[in-house]
Amino acid sequence: MSDIGPPRGAGPLARSEARLAWGLLTPTILAVSLVVILPLLAIFWISVKPVSLSDLRAPETVVREDLRGRPAAPGDEATLRYRLRNSSPSSEITGVTLEDSWPEGLALAGELDPRCQIAEGILSCDLGDWEGGYRETLNIPVVTEQAWFDTDGDVEDTPVEVDGKASFVLTNGEFTLKNFVSVFDGGEFFNVLGVTLFYTVFGTVGALVMGLFASMLLNHSFKGQGILRGLYLFPYVAPVIAVAFAWILLFDPFSGSANALLVQMGVTDQAINFFGERPLALIMVTLFEIWRYFPLSFLFILARMQSISTDMYEAADMDGASPFQQFWYLSMPQLLGILSVLFLLRFIWTFNKFDDIFLLTGGNAGTRVLTVNVYEQAFAVSNIGAGAAVAVVIFACLLLFSVFFFKFMSKEEGL
Amino acid sequence: MKHLRFGYLTGPALGVLWTFVIAVTVAVAMSFATGEAFRPSLTWSVIFGIPTGLALVWGGTTLVASAVLSVVYFIALSLGIGPVLTGNVSSVARVAAAVFMGIGIGWPLKVFVEELTMGALTRHEFEEAVIRTLKGFGYIFFTAIVVIPFYVMVMTSLKNQAQLMQNPLDFSIDLSQGWGLFRSYVELITEFNFGSYMWTSFYISVLTVFITLLFAIPGAYAVARLRFRGQAAFSRSILLIYMVPMIVLALPIYIAFSMMGLRNSITGIVMIYPVTTIPVALYMLQGYFRGLPAEIEEAGLMDGLSRLQVILKITLPLSLPALASVSLYVFMIAWNEFLLAFMLLDDPSKFTLTRGIASLNSSEIPRQHLMAGSVIATVPIMALFLGLEKFMTKGLTAGSVKG
Repeated sequence: MSDIGPPRGAGPLARSEARLAWGLLTPTILAVSLVVILPLLAIFWISVKPVSLSDLRAPETVVREDLRGRPAAPGDEATLRYRLRNSSPSSEITGVTLEDSWPEGLALAGELDPRCQIAEGILSCDLGDWEGGYRETLNIPVVTEQAWFDTDGDVEDTPVEVDGKASFVLTNGEFTLKNFVSVFDGGEFFNVLGVTLFYTVFGTVGALVMGLFASMLLNHSFKGQGILRGLYLFPYVAPVIAVAFAWILLFDPFSGSANALLVQMGVTDQAINFFGERPLALIMVTLFEIWRYFPLSFLFILARMQSISTDMYEAADMDGASPFQQFWYLSMPQLLGILSVLFLLRFIWTFNKFDDIFLLTGGNAGTRVLTVNVYEQAFAVSNIGAGAAVAVVIFACLLLFSVFFFKFMSKEEGL
Repeated sequence: MKHLRFGYLTGPALGVLWTFVIAVTVAVAMSFATGEAFRPSLTWSVIFGIPTGLALVWGGTTLVASAVLSVVYFIALSLGIGPVLTGNVSSVARVAAAVFMGIGIGWPLKVFVEELTMGALTRHEFEEAVIRTLKGFGYIFFTAIVVIPFYVMVMTSLKNQAQLMQNPLDFSIDLSQGWGLFRSYVELITEFNFGSYMWTSFYISVLTVFITLLFAIPGAYAVARLRFRGQAAFSRSILLIYMVPMIVLALPIYIAFSMMGLRNSITGIVMIYPVTTIPVALYMLQGYFRGLPAEIEEAGLMDGLSRLQVILKITLPLSLPALASVSLYVFMIAWNEFLLAFMLLDDPSKFTLTRGIASLNSSEIPRQHLMAGSVIATVPIMALFLGLEKFMTKGLTAGSVKG
């Protein structure tokens, strides 16, 4: 009995479309997983490894080979010398072996090192286990023969092969929870978390409020509107490093114009160290964040404002609504959607911000946020593992945010 | 609020407010321009602002108000009283400050209080006047906070260390030096290799744009147009990836690059930059592609074009404005990128511009060099932005709130 009814499953057309779609997406998926997904997994791996900045290169045996004694004629004595060392000052290499083809035209003169043997023109040595920083020199006495000078021999012609098992900290089975302990240890972590939240909340809200004001200024057309709009976007478009240094210079305690101005206006008696004092520095970096990102909120809010039809305002005017009432009861409800989306997005990106604080204060004077802490731990303290542990904490916070984010975003603006 | 709604109260209140705003503006502007001492005074603003506000509600025109106030403020400045106090400054500066004050107060304030009458005001009239004043303040405030840092940046780059230390407020430049003004820039390019940094930054940015588009266009098309399982999940994960902080990725990338020997190489940078911009570009482009009418493409399909031909011959030509926006945005990200360049590049011969500026930040290098470097990095991106502002603003609003 054959089924009668509409066809089920995907037809050949739908299947070929899906195949094409995946074909088009594959390069992106590959690239992104290589540079985003893989490092993310790596971060989790590294966060449970006891690894510091100096451990990043796997220990290996370094070998130099030369012929000493300057033989000038056949029959001259010389010494074939191998200098070896363990490249890592701390890690052990086990079962080190050396292999080199015996140079043509040289004959062994005297005792060969007991750990070595020559068989079928191959010199091979078994050098045992080396601890960190170990050095070894092998001297093999030789006499030169005529063939050495005929072939214009050089001992470095043939590459020396060394082998040994080193345990590389990033790939071995050694795990530790020390990184997380050191991150959460003491009150410092919660201090950092508090600073991050202050910076994120006030930076986001401040930028939104400023953006709202700026967009209200430009929400009617007048001469020079385009110029002002372009001008107000400057802080966002300029390279962060340029504007950060301009701020540092402007607020310099010794030769900054801001201090000179304040002193001259009688606001303060002595110069203020804006980026160096404890509560002030955090306020300053938050102000910088607001200054730099209000243009973005401004752009989005302005775009939304300009799409609100003017009929509504005319009707409200007829009904006697005052300008403040019009703003509060008509504009605000219309803007709520874009404001909440901007808040959620900016909240996450402000949380992720690294460059600004790093350039302004380097995380000093009570401005160390989580992202700067990653850098501090990994590079200033050179404890890569602890840096990765902080990164894992950041990632966990972000997962938490994105749950909220998608709950709200799907309803708003159809993202 | 209700008690304020009388012309004889609102006028003076706005007069005081605006007089003080302009007094501060003039004091800051004149200090920055001349380096001389100018000081705003709140008390004097109240004393001068009340009659000004009252008079303007009562009558007068913008022209008369500006002229009268200019004269009044010139006399006040000379006598050492008034909303702006100053020491012994040149008469040119005094005239400039007085005219600045007169026009800055008289003209806008007349516009603000134009509809007000001496007696009781309607709520509408009252709020209109207040909002105008607030807007006036807004224009000055936003323009000042945006312009001052850039002004300081440019002017500092034209001075020398001794002048800067002597009077940090004196940004007047000595035009008689001619080309000597630009000696910081010349030194940066001849001695600090900034010409080559600029070139490196430029070609890295251009390469990033091309590679990004190469990946993002097919991906965005697939997400926007083609039906396949997991389409919705895919568009969401683009947004998610967009939210991973760079510093979290930078650490493993640093380790991997150290082990593979890609650190300190342009190749490594060119491999990384596009991947950070692909999600943004893909997200922006797919939004645009969705907005294009599907019927045109279907007509193309019916006429015998293959999907790839449809993309090349129909979709791409139609989305040229969006491609321009995306390219500009990606170029800006790559040009301004600092973190990865800072972590991955150590060799001065391979620096990008931002990395080069970071290397100028030391106590041995004079600060005007640092600012000149900042100007060099800022000017091209600003010029590009102002020239193509329409594309840029569109690109920025097309789903890229990242910064």
